Amino acid sequence: MTAVQSTPGPAQAIDAPRSPYRRSKPTRTNFELYAWLFMRMSGVLLVVLVLGHLFVNLMLGDGIHQVDFAFVAGKWASPFWKVWDLSMLWLAMLHGTNGVRTIINDYAERNGTRFWLKMALYVAFALTVVLGTLVIFTFDPCPIGADIDASALPSFCPAR
Amino acid sequence: MARETDATPESTAGAIPSFDVTVRIRRYDPEQDESPHWEDYKVSVHGTDRLLDALHIIKWEQDGSLTFRRSCAHGVCGSDAMRINGRNRLACKALLKDLDPSKPITVEPIKGLPVEKDLVVDMEPFFQSYREVMPFLITSGHEPTKERLQSAHDRERFDDTTKCILCAACTSSCPVFWTDGQYFGPAAIVNAHRFIFDSRDEGADLRLEVLNDREGVWRCRTTFNCSEACPRGIQVTKAIAEVKQALLTRKV
Ligand code: HEM
Ligand code: SF4
Ligand code: FES
Repeated sequence: MTAVQSTPGPAQAIDAPRSPYRRSKPTRTNFELYAWLFMRMSGVLLVVLVLGHLFVNLMLGDGIHQVDFAFVAGKWASPFWKVWDLSMLWLAMLHGTNGVRTIINDYAERNGTRFWLKMALYVAFALTVVLGTLVIFTFDPCPIGADIDASALPSFCPAR
Repeated sequence: MARETDATPESTAGAIPSFDVTVRIRRYDPEQDESPHWEDYKVSVHGTDRLLDALHIIKWEQDGSLTFRRSCAHGVCGSDAMRINGRNRLACKALLKDLDPSKPITVEPIKGLPVEKDLVVDMEPFFQSYREVMPFLITSGHEPTKERLQSAHDRERFDDTTKCILCAACTSSCPVFWTDGQYFGPAAIVNAHRFIFDSRDEGADLRLEVLNDREGVWRCRTTFNCSEACPRGIQVTKAIAEVKQALLTRKV
């Protein structure tokens, strides 16, 4: 009976029963509330945007066979599709990034790992969003300029 | 391994069928074992026996070192939540004949809490988040000289969440709680719900503030494990959703 008190062993590795547990500090902001709300609202919008995108690209007209450089150029000639694609880019990236942030918070075991995984995530987010936005706004299938090789331009450009 | 019963021969004759089951228990003795391991026990039981009865036979007749908690043995005290055939249940409410006795019945401690010995876990992290939601009546002004009356309609609002027996079956079935144990967990939210929606209570804002935290209701991913695990049949996920709703609208 008394052996229970004195036997050393793996028990040492376990916290003493009544030791206080470390809980993370309270945050006192509405950030998680807004993040939660955003996931649902962006989800609803993404259903419309993504399904609309897939329908127009893959079902209307010649379907998958119509998608080439000229098709994209034609779509981005219209402000409507620019706004559509821009919304899709930003919403999907914010939504996906916040989703992966949640997953990192769940599965990263050490604070250092958690921090660096999130940094990598935010850098990937920033690069993709900046590049995507830049392309949507500055896209010009027929650039004009002295240093442009006219034969490399698509067939529908007047300079060709 | 047949048990002695004091029933008369007339009443036992073909009355309750008896059969053999193998109970496969996750054993861990921190004084001896490096890590937990499975051990099989064969017991002869009756069709009316619950898993708790089988554990009693094992402890009393085969291996006295088997350690588990139980108190009321009738689903009231919440001591004996364990993972039975992979699902959280109360051993005292799990009938053996319903657990497919043809195969070994696996019994493990509930997940996500530190195992102290065999089926006994340290419940302190669970009760710590329970205490943090202030599970007591908060009022202001003078103490009334009689009961604080409430209409049946107002009582109905939080009736479901008054049934909690703090067994931890829900919290220890939640995959978000398993990840780092920081999430407040369904049981704490259920017990906050019980006061947040009580018309006599004035502490709703305080509790909502606590549950608005990073580790609060927003970590819930509506997995529904808690609702399935609750031995009291509380609609736990619904209660969590009502607290989310109250936070979004700031209305109770
Ligand atoms: C088709 C429309 C979409 C809808 C309706 C939708 C809806 C949702 C909702 C409501 C959540 C939150 C789940 C929770 O809190 O339990 C979520 C999580 C998530 N979403 Fe979406 N989403 C959509 C599209 C996308 C897209 C395009 C991506 C990728 C860019 C994405 C990536 C994620 C990720 C990574 C999570 C986190 C998963 C988790 O919490 O375990 N979703 N989604
Ligand atoms: S809500 Fe149900 S499962 Fe959770 S602690 Fe209370 S009684 Fe147990
Ligand atoms: S022993 Fe009390 S609930 Fe099972």
